[in-house]
Amino acid sequence: MTPDLMEQGLQRLQKKAPPAAEQSSGDRSAGYSRVHEPGSLDLSHGRILYLEEVCVSFDGFRAINKLSLDIAPGELRCIIGPNGAGKTTMMDIITGKTRPDSGQVFFGSTIDLLRHSEAEIASMGLCRKFQKPTVFEALSVFENLELCLSGPRGVAADLWHRLSGQQRDRLAEVLELIQLSEERHRPAGLLSHGQKQWLEIGMLLIQDPKLLLLDEPVAGMTDQETERTAELFLTLKGKHTLIVVEHDMGFVGRIAEKVTVLCEGSVLAEGSLAQVQADERVIEVYLGR
Amino acid sequence: MTTSTTFASSTLLPDTRQPLLSRRGWLGFALALLLICALVPALNLLTPSSSPLHLSDYAVALVGKIMCYAICALAMDLIWGFAGILSLGHGLFFALGGYVMGMYLMRQIGSDGQYQSALPDFMVFLDWKTLPWTWTFSDSFPATLALIVLVPGAVAGVFGYFAFRSRIKGVYFSIITQALTYAAMLLFFRNETGFGGNNGFTDFKRILGLAIATPAMRMTLFVLTGLALLGFYLLALWLTRSKFGRVLQAVRDAESRLMFCGYSPLPYKLTIWTLSAVMCGIAGALYVPQVGIINPSEMNVANSIEIAVWAAVGGRGTLLGPIAGAFLVNGAKSWLTVSAPEFWLYFLGALFIAVTLFLPQGLAGLFNKVFARKQES
Repeated sequence: MTPDLMEQGLQRLQKKAPPAAEQSSGDRSAGYSRVHEPGSLDLSHGRILYLEEVCVSFDGFRAINKLSLDIAPGELRCIIGPNGAGKTTMMDIITGKTRPDSGQVFFGSTIDLLRHSEAEIASMGLCRKFQKPTVFEALSVFENLELCLSGPRGVAADLWHRLSGQQRDRLAEVLELIQLSEERHRPAGLLSHGQKQWLEIGMLLIQDPKLLLLDEPVAGMTDQETERTAELFLTLKGKHTLIVVEHDMGFVGRIAEKVTVLCEGSVLAEGSLAQVQADERVIEVYLGR
Repeated sequence: MTTSTTFASSTLLPDTRQPLLSRRGWLGFALALLLICALVPALNLLTPSSSPLHLSDYAVALVGKIMCYAICALAMDLIWGFAGILSLGHGLFFALGGYVMGMYLMRQIGSDGQYQSALPDFMVFLDWKTLPWTWTFSDSFPATLALIVLVPGAVAGVFGYFAFRSRIKGVYFSIITQALTYAAMLLFFRNETGFGGNNGFTDFKRILGLAIATPAMRMTLFVLTGLALLGFYLLALWLTRSKFGRVLQAVRDAESRLMFCGYSPLPYKLTIWTLSAVMCGIAGALYVPQVGIINPSEMNVANSIEIAVWAAVGGRGTLLGPIAGAFLVNGAKSWLTVSAPEFWLYFLGALFIAVTLFLPQGLAGLFNKVFARKQES
């Protein structure tokens, strides 16, 4: 441990330290060297998302069958697989929309996602983009992003809400990033399909997500738009952790370093795109068809 | 244009927040205020009835009544037009506010009723000796004012909490609200409930110890209703312009997206739902002393549907639209039911079809279209 790390740890410990009266009554919290605040994301084990032996069935159909997955912080992971492989169901489980029948889902090393609601999971920094672009059509691009800014949520807070200069800067930054600065006063319903997809990605980015789940982000985009999206994702890599579900192999090849192939609800192969494409089982179920 | 240069920018976006009303808007608001508080009272009370400028008592009573309806239309617009939740039970909240006011007015009759008893006439008729517990606070005006807000608010709050928590949406929610008002109507129809059965409350004599049927009192109620309408309009404007209002529109457009943005829609829906119910309750309380009667037929399903019709005709999601819709539909109703009573229902039916076919955004949409075309040319 370097001195400044120790210093930081000490500061966190002091911030969290209970008042003296409580300590004297004999609490039993152990003083491990690693200081962990409850609710914060613990990445010390080198994984941001961890699924183990997850199973889900719908009316007897095994949508997910003993699925295990491990995502490292800052990774850009592509998930491919034939139709019905359980890609969307997997996203539903991670975001709390579907409850698995068995198995474990952890965010960081300490947060059990199965114990939290959709809204709670979203507020932890685990954000999802749906297959079909869903933006708030009646609101302008700017207002769409504004709603997603991180900050206090609640009726009272929103009634008196005003944007700070810092938040305006952040909005401008994201508008620039998703290339919609010029369109910021247009109602989102009037944007083109690709622009809506970008707006939705922007709405996720503005929440400073720890982990981004993207379901077919380039579906229905022109080649040029796909290319720009690939560039966008490559700039995000490292700063954010991304999980991308995609069918477009050209796009996957452009952005992926590690690819996971799902089939019939479990992992079939994992590795670089070249490795995966060389795998015979993969060729059989998916690529060869 | 590449995305690699993107993090450089930090230009401050200009603050585009708009004032609540433009200068012309405030001017219009001031004119409406002047009309309600000065012009109508002057034309009704001060001009002799022979003068062509005289405003008849009938017209004042009619406009006063329609202004109560306009508050309901505005309340319906907040919940339906902005949050996308169609209630077909707003008549219930209107009637609840009306009943609370009616109970107070019944107690104000004192022993001047038919049977010269301290109890309301219908209780004497039923041979009751004491007031039921529900009437405990009915002789106090401040308590009545509080209950006008609290009763509809509590009913809406409890119902809304369970409905929204169970994520009941769309047509299911509408049907349940309809069933709710129908059930309440059946309950109020019964004599044992203690609210006057199918006759309800009528024959009011006094309010705050002052005679209720005088021109001055009628005008006071008219002005109060007008002020309530204008006040609620400003409140609704402020709510819908705030971030709260934008969250409501997001609930309407893509609720699941909103949840993934870290919002829990329940408190937002519950707040606007309860506020909307309270607005209807206040409108009902202002309505009862003006028309002089409240009975369970106000909880009729058709009445609640009519509220939705006013909002739809005027234009959902705009604030002036539903107010205009309430005036137009009710104005046409009072004119047609007098001049051609057999055609009123045909007219109403034709209006539905015309609005659905040609004016999906109601009168406000039509106005905006015409206005935009004028600006172009």
